[in-house]
Amino acid sequence: MKSDNKIEELMEGLFNKDKRALSRIITMVESDKPEYYSILKEIYGHTGKAYRIGITGPPGAGKSTLVNILAKQIKDRGNEVGIVAVDPTSPFTGGALLGDRIRMTGLLKDPHIFMRSMASRGSTGGIARTTTHVADVMDAYGFDVIIIETVGVGQLELDVAGAVDTTVVVLVPEAGSSIQAMKAGLIEIADIFAINKADREGAETLKFELQDALSLMPAIKNKGWDLPVKLTVALDGTGIKELVDTIYTHKTHLEDTDHLNTSRMNQKKVNIIEIMKHRIENQLWLNPELEPTLKRLSNLSMEGKIDPFTAANTFLKSAKVLNVNIDASFLHK
Amino acid sequence: MEKIKVLVAKPGLDGHDRGAKVVARALRDAGIEVIYTGLHQTPEMIAEAALQEDVNFVALSILSGAHMTIFPRVLDKLREKGIDDIVLTGGGIIPADDMKTLHEMGVGKLFGPGTSLEEIVNYFQETSKKKEVVVS
Ligand SMILES: Nc1nc2c(ncn2[C@@H]2O[C@H](COP(=O)(O)OP(=O)(O)O)[C@@H](O)[C@H]2O)c(=O)[nH]1
Ligand SMILES: [Mg+2]
Repeated sequence: MKSDNKIEELMEGLFNKDKRALSRIITMVESDKPEYYSILKEIYGHTGKAYRIGITGPPGAGKSTLVNILAKQIKDRGNEVGIVAVDPTSPFTGGALLGDRIRMTGLLKDPHIFMRSMASRGSTGGIARTTTHVADVMDAYGFDVIIIETVGVGQLELDVAGAVDTTVVVLVPEAGSSIQAMKAGLIEIADIFAINKADREGAETLKFELQDALSLMPAIKNKGWDLPVKLTVALDGTGIKELVDTIYTHKTHLEDTDHLNTSRMNQKKVNIIEIMKHRIENQLWLNPELEPTLKRLSNLSMEGKIDPFTAANTFLKSAKVLNVNIDASFLHK
Repeated sequence: MEKIKVLVAKPGLDGHDRGAKVVARALRDAGIEVIYTGLHQTPEMIAEAALQEDVNFVALSILSGAHMTIFPRVLDKLREKGIDDIVLTGGGIIPADDMKTLHEMGVGKLFGPGTSLEEIVNYFQETSKKKEVVVS
């Protein structure tokens, strides 16, 4: 931001559906600008209206291609759609090559769809630390539906489930794909399975395998919701209408069973914990002022003079942390 | 922390994006966040993507010889959208005279064939240091 008095202008822009203001605010969120906290305070009352869908799965499964066509169809049902697509930050250079947009260039012509690429910036759970906040900003802007595409590098990417209402896990018909899904904990986070690239051999087999595996599993969560397995071809649109229908059915299911409230409450909890984690980290082991203390304690520990527990306790004591200053009287109202 | 963000786009009809990809990777390796949009982008699409991504730079790779039409059009589209603080730059086979003309129109530095990646990366880093207020 060029100057502070621009913030009010930006927020006004956001509520007037100015995309440039939206885009600017997202950058502030992403870069942890302190101004964002005041913005969040103001806009937070306007969030909670958008329905959030997460798209996760292994690299190359066709997530971006799927998001592209999902966004179009969801828009055609009368919605404004915001997309956040996360790609990995290089841990060595801090740079990132964000390529999800390649599959979504057609959306650029649609004024009712907005797409933003995001680098993971050090987070390993499949979304960036600030992805939820970016979704909040999009929510306040007025998108009816927000789609979040996870990094998709093949490691455990389960965080998205704590950030959205419906999680779609995308798989492809390759040998062992269903076993992999189980190992990776994807069954636990999935609300819907989409077997994409169903134009390829093995899609039906995988579907049966998966359904078989699911039938043997105890209902883990979302009682009353049988995990659907859908076949899609994101490239030509086959099965996409059915997938969108299934997402809507899941939404209705959540609303009818009050699971939506439970899920959103959990999203808030995750959100608060993530913020605290980040703060604590920055005040403790990432705090440059405490770097010498940490170094000394590590040294002492290496020399065998103190054990790691004593070191940690000593560090916490000397850190005198968490001197948070806030009026919390609202808690007792 | 603020990152330098660059949109790398390949306008027009020619289908060679190897150069664009090499530059995109070099920028990433220099700690920059690069959004790559792929082939066949129209000026309108490029400007809209730049707006949605809130980038500091738009870098175009033009090998078709259409630089004298494409650069000004992208510049126009950006200005139409109220964007005047994004640096438009790029590379291709561009004669020095054309570079000069484009520069006078408001286009940033342009890179000819054979420019080292180091020189290109330096340009992005130095320019964003100078325009610190813009990088936001
Ligand atoms: N055969 C086939 N290829 C697809 C399908 N969906 C996507 N692809 C291709 O799979 C590749 C990876 O797609 P992308 O959407 O980038 O995957 P992501 O990494 O999961 O986001 C691209 O070359 C797509 O064209 C599909 O349904 N069938
Ligand atoms: Mg992708």
